[in-house]
Amino acid sequence: MSSNKKYWKSVEELNENSPIVETLQQNEFVEAIPTDEFLGDKETLESSSTTRRDFLKYVGFSTAAASLAACEGPVTKSIPYVVQPKEIVPGVANYYATTIADGYDFASVLVKTREGRPIKIENNDLAKTNGHANARVNASILGLYDSLRVQGPMKGGDTISWDTFNTDTKKILSEVGDKEIVFLTQTFASPSTSKLVGEFTEKYGNVRHVSYDAVSESAALDAFQAKYGKRALANYDFSKAMTIVSVGADFLGDWQGGGFDTAYANKRIPDHGKMSRHIQFESNMSLTGANADKRVPMKPSEQRLALAKLYSYVTGNGVSGNLSENLDKAVRAAASELKKAGSNGVVVTGIQDVNAQTVALELNEALSSKAFDTTTTINTKKGNDKGVMQLVADMKAGKVGALVLVGVNPMYTLPNAADFAEGLKKTKSIAFSMKQDETAINCDYIAAAPHYLESWGDVEMKTGHYALMQPTIRPLFDTKQFQDVLLTWTDNATAYNDYIKATWKESVLNGASYNQALHDGVFVTGSTTVEETTTTSDTEDVETPNGNAARALAASAKSSGMELSIYTKTGLGDGQQANNPWLQEFPDPITRTSWDNYLTISKADADAAGLVNENVANGGLNGSKVDVTVNGVTVKDVPVLIQPGQAKGSVGLALGYGRTSGLKTEMQTGVNAYPLYQNFNAVQEVSISKTSGEHEFACVQLHNTLMGRGDIIKETTLEVFNTKDKKYWNAIPEVSLNHIETPVTSPDVDLWDEFDRSVGHHFNLSIDLNACTGCGACVIACHAENNVPVVGKSEVRRSRDMHWLRIDRYYSSQDTFSDDLEKKENISGLGSSLSEFGEMENPNENPQVVFQPVMCQHCNHAPCETVCPVAATVHGRQGQNHMAYNRCVGTRYCANNCPYKVRRFNWFLYNENDEFDYFMNDDLGRMVLNPDVTVRSRGVMEKCSFCIQKTQKTILDAKRDGREVKDGEFQTACSAACGSGAMIFGDVNDKESEVAKLKEDDRMYHLLEYVGTKPNVFYHTKVRNTKEA
Amino acid sequence: MKHVIYRNLTSNILRLGFILLLTFSTTVLAQEGDPAKGKTLFNTNCAACHKLDKKMTGPALRNVEARLAEDEGLDREWLNKWIRNSSALIKSGDTYANKIWNEYNQTAMNAFPQLSDQDISDILAYTAATPPPPPEDPCIANPNGPNCGGGEPVDTLSNSIILGALALLFGLLAMALVLVNRTLKRFADAKGIAVAESDKGTPIWKAFIQNQFLVLVTSIALLLASGYFVYGYFMQVGVDQGYEPVQPIHYSHRIHAGDNKIDCKYCHSSARVSKTSGIPSLNVCMNCHKSIGEVAAETQLEGQEYGVDYNAEIQKLYKAVGWDETNQKYTGETSPVKWIRIHNLPDFAYFNHSQHVSVAGIECQTCHGPVEEMEIVSQYAPLTMGWCINCHRETNVKIKDNAYYTKIHEQLSKKYGVEQLTAAQMGGLECGKCHY
Repeated sequence: MSSNKKYWKSVEELNENSPIVETLQQNEFVEAIPTDEFLGDKETLESSSTTRRDFLKYVGFSTAAASLAACEGPVTKSIPYVVQPKEIVPGVANYYATTIADGYDFASVLVKTREGRPIKIENNDLAKTNGHANARVNASILGLYDSLRVQGPMKGGDTISWDTFNTDTKKILSEVGDKEIVFLTQTFASPSTSKLVGEFTEKYGNVRHVSYDAVSESAALDAFQAKYGKRALANYDFSKAMTIVSVGADFLGDWQGGGFDTAYANKRIPDHGKMSRHIQFESNMSLTGANADKRVPMKPSEQRLALAKLYSYVTGNGVSGNLSENLDKAVRAAASELKKAGSNGVVVTGIQDVNAQTVALELNEALSSKAFDTTTTINTKKGNDKGVMQLVADMKAGKVGALVLVGVNPMYTLPNAADFAEGLKKTKSIAFSMKQDETAINCDYIAAAPHYLESWGDVEMKTGHYALMQPTIRPLFDTKQFQDVLLTWTDNATAYNDYIKATWKESVLNGASYNQALHDGVFVTGSTTVEETTTTSDTEDVETPNGNAARALAASAKSSGMELSIYTKTGLGDGQQANNPWLQEFPDPITRTSWDNYLTISKADADAAGLVNENVANGGLNGSKVDVTVNGVTVKDVPVLIQPGQAKGSVGLALGYGRTSGLKTEMQTGVNAYPLYQNFNAVQEVSISKTSGEHEFACVQLHNTLMGRGDIIKETTLEVFNTKDKKYWNAIPEVSLNHIETPVTSPDVDLWDEFDRSVGHHFNLSIDLNACTGCGACVIACHAENNVPVVGKSEVRRSRDMHWLRIDRYYSSQDTFSDDLEKKENISGLGSSLSEFGEMENPNENPQVVFQPVMCQHCNHAPCETVCPVAATVHGRQGQNHMAYNRCVGTRYCANNCPYKVRRFNWFLYNENDEFDYFMNDDLGRMVLNPDVTVRSRGVMEKCSFCIQKTQKTILDAKRDGREVKDGEFQTACSAACGSGAMIFGDVNDKESEVAKLKEDDRMYHLLEYVGTKPNVFYHTKVRNTKEA
Repeated sequence: MKHVIYRNLTSNILRLGFILLLTFSTTVLAQEGDPAKGKTLFNTNCAACHKLDKKMTGPALRNVEARLAEDEGLDREWLNKWIRNSSALIKSGDTYANKIWNEYNQTAMNAFPQLSDQDISDILAYTAATPPPPPEDPCIANPNGPNCGGGEPVDTLSNSIILGALALLFGLLAMALVLVNRTLKRFADAKGIAVAESDKGTPIWKAFIQNQFLVLVTSIALLLASGYFVYGYFMQVGVDQGYEPVQPIHYSHRIHAGDNKIDCKYCHSSARVSKTSGIPSLNVCMNCHKSIGEVAAETQLEGQEYGVDYNAEIQKLYKAVGWDETNQKYTGETSPVKWIRIHNLPDFAYFNHSQHVSVAGIECQTCHGPVEEMEIVSQYAPLTMGWCINCHRETNVKIKDNAYYTKIHEQLSKKYGVEQLTAAQMGGLECGKCHY
């Protein structure tokens, strides 16, 4: 029913004849606008001497005057120290060894500081324990300069002082009564922290310490504990393994703490005709699977059976269950290879199941694998799923009086976050956090925690392998680390660093120098421990494996319709660093997609469900969206990415995305997969249903296959490599000169005059496609070293990413790349070429994969240099292709003429621009910039410089010392970051240098050699160990 | 007597010595010490820590002997012991020795066993001398004397007199001419001679305009000239040669580097190892200025030429670094000095001092000019790329005793057929060497 109410705007309207109301109805403005004052007087207007043209003249003049006046240089101030610290010389970098231990990543690193501020993470060469710094560790430095960090202790959203915090929290802790105090923490693996928690427990009684890993390795820990009596993980040294069988273990990724790739790559380079053989059974296409010699896609349920079968084939203990014929054959073959390899073989599994992990341990024992080590255990994963579940239940029951959270974010990472939230209301809670993350904002107190680069600490990475953490900068904010507060709570006046020192002197160092350990960042206990542990290893074989675990495993292998494998991506890992723009923009090594997570699905399943991926007109990749449901929990609108190599009947989804709190809006990307990670099981039965709409991806590589172009990736098999001549598998392309086939490297077929490069340094970069695992550490290291800007998702989608170094990933279209080559060779005629080239654009269902890092190739005959109208890019004698930004006018001819497509154009000003609100847009974030490298402005081209600032520095250091440069001194950011030995940089004019020797290697080839660009980057032919032993 | 910075040392010493001799010639015998010798000894041995009238690291020493005798009853013997080995005296438990030791932050005085009794007498004689009147400002006595501010009006006066006289002379001459002319005209009128009017032809400017060739040539010349000036104007945009900003503390390189001959790299030490030469931190200043709180009177006078009170500038330093002069202590309240940077290279140009200073052995003055003569530092070189390049073309690489260059220089010089390679031939013209 319509209303008859009448609304009055003022009392005046009640008076029907009010003149004011009348006037207002007629005129919007009560008083006429006084236009007459300036327009009415025609006479003055006409007599005015300022005509329209004059006006324009004035504007023009003042603009010109203003711009000329702007040419006056600004006043720059220089403010020296009042008292300069002895160790700081402005302009000279200092390095400190420290350790990252954020609960997910543990690594010994070297931190480069300039004028007292850390600017880059590098590998600590003294630390051999835990591989090299991965992409996340390299990027972690940006976390220090995160503008959204908590800047002081907080209570219910208000900043308080540490004194208040200490008094309040002490009161809370002492008034819990008969309830419990619970520490829910990340894995510390820190002897000093354990001791401190012990002292705290002594003082307060009734204390429980629960370790929680967001991405759980609990099953493996349980299995190891059951077998060896210690809650830790077995260590694997892949450099001692010649046959590696992995069932669902992404050990080049984050499996069991990661860090295995250095040792793995060691045996992937053919040495005296030998290299390791790697067989991978998995459902998602992982980094590990991509590197395998043989990859067998299978659903997670099949993996269980496959592992059980593998066990039975190797040990002879029969297990029931049936695999499909093909898979069974593959497993049988793997088993026979393992048996043949004996102690040179190793089996690893990533199945989150105690039985599966037990089977893997038993298998390695049965093989008496050399790579398998149960004494020097990995201690960096301690999470206890049951403990966490119990805690949530106790919290809900109101049994917990005070909850202290350190380095964890259960409100985001727990699958049952709602239960946790409910429990959180029933207890007093204190969160030690760097951010106002999902958990911290729901806690009573936030204790502002320092970044690891501002903290003290110690870690026992592996048994007997210790590492120290030391601050590299004074705390930027009013922060205190957990251990310091623990000391306060236990009324201990010692500073934490003194406490560590005391602990180490007492129980770690065994008389060795603490200062030396602090300098090195690592300390490995001497032979005494090894002897001790050998005795323990003798006692292992008390229990003979009887195959029970394998049978139980086989029995648990129940296939379901669609199986979801939850995994972590190389970029974001468990999601701690979601506010890190470097990692967000880091293209996933496999999918080459940045700024997103997505449901990976096989082509067949996608077709069946009507899900599509398509490239739209602007070059971007679009994908369908689905709702993903596990046990009634639905994650809505998950974009779908069709993944070659994904096992049929399985899908994959990455953790770490979909964060909502404590990060910039730009970084709130993807969907949160943790709600699907139920019971900490990475494998779930899932149903998916298509929803409407399309998702826009930011994918940097749209063409996925090589189309049989063997001149981009050269590859061969170990058999051919060992038996045939180089000409057969690494032929130099030839062109016809006077009807004689001449190699393109011959000066006779060269358009250019050769320049004598034999004098002085001549830099070359060697990239071994066999050793490169595609981990991407180099990409981030390059970002950090060269001030590469972050451009954001929509720009990446427009192919305007700025990465100086990309790692191309190619899939084979046939079963193997050599089949591709053959197919291409056999194409003849228009009809066949039309259809077959079209076919070759589609990757195989289970393709071979290859990674190829590509940066500026620093061509000696560079096509970019000849087309630059302003000579902004020219060649140096040392082999570097120089790029003078201040000379560049942005014609982009060079990028058009570059056959490798490695030049990047600054379409916008990416620093101090609110449109690009990443690290370069705030004073804090800009602290990470390398002062030796120009920050480029809009409209100029940029590209890899071969880290000329680093080579120049090395040369200058040698000049100053009056000595020659030693081999290995020349490094680029990427070669220094590369832990697998795939990238070697150096001076080829130094004939003794490693890179000079690598250049003479038979496997050496140049990218697109027939173009005749004579690059200074060369690659090593990929050799695959395809022959079944 | 104020502390003397050794500027114009000889003349000062001579003059002061003379005055002192005159003033104290009578007391010399009475105190058995020679204050003139004592002064020299004092300056060599004591002045680093003591002043006569002011507390420094150690106490003020004016009339120390008399004061000690009066207040503490300590004699020359005690003083001798103290001077020759104070720490032994302190250890021996002497009350006053310990009192002094504690008063001055338990910093023991250096031992001077080398001083003879006579030397000590001399020094004490010097400390006992009455302070001479401050060297007279010559301008007070004679404001018109040379080098005085008051000298100027005299010059102006004489100049204006000369100018006035000249003007008068010219005026008279002009008047004479007019008078002569008028007289002649009158004669002519009287005699009836008609003075021929000059024929008024085309005015020169009209003739010029009518001559198109001339107009063309002139306008081309004008265009070229204006082009030249416009080009010149634009080429100097961003070139700040001669930039001489006023600094927050008037620091005179003339006094430090020139008169006192302090090596540039003593303060700008990072020039040897780093890309930046480094503006010295204030603790470096305090290495010397802890004991130099005031400049010598002569120096202070020199400051008047530049309108600077050097002592006030030193006080600015103390304030910035937080130095309490009276108590000889750091207060901890610092306020960093915001110097104005004079030599500004654009961000896209990389310049490394150590390459030039340590490796190439280039004098600082090559680029920075005669800094040791500059009261206020100004930008000497244009700092343009052309200037850099030119030097790279002309300067030979310093290869001597540098193993880095041995091989490359041998090969390259053979290749280029020269004895000595220039920086340019070594690769110093490549873009990427400075722009990255």
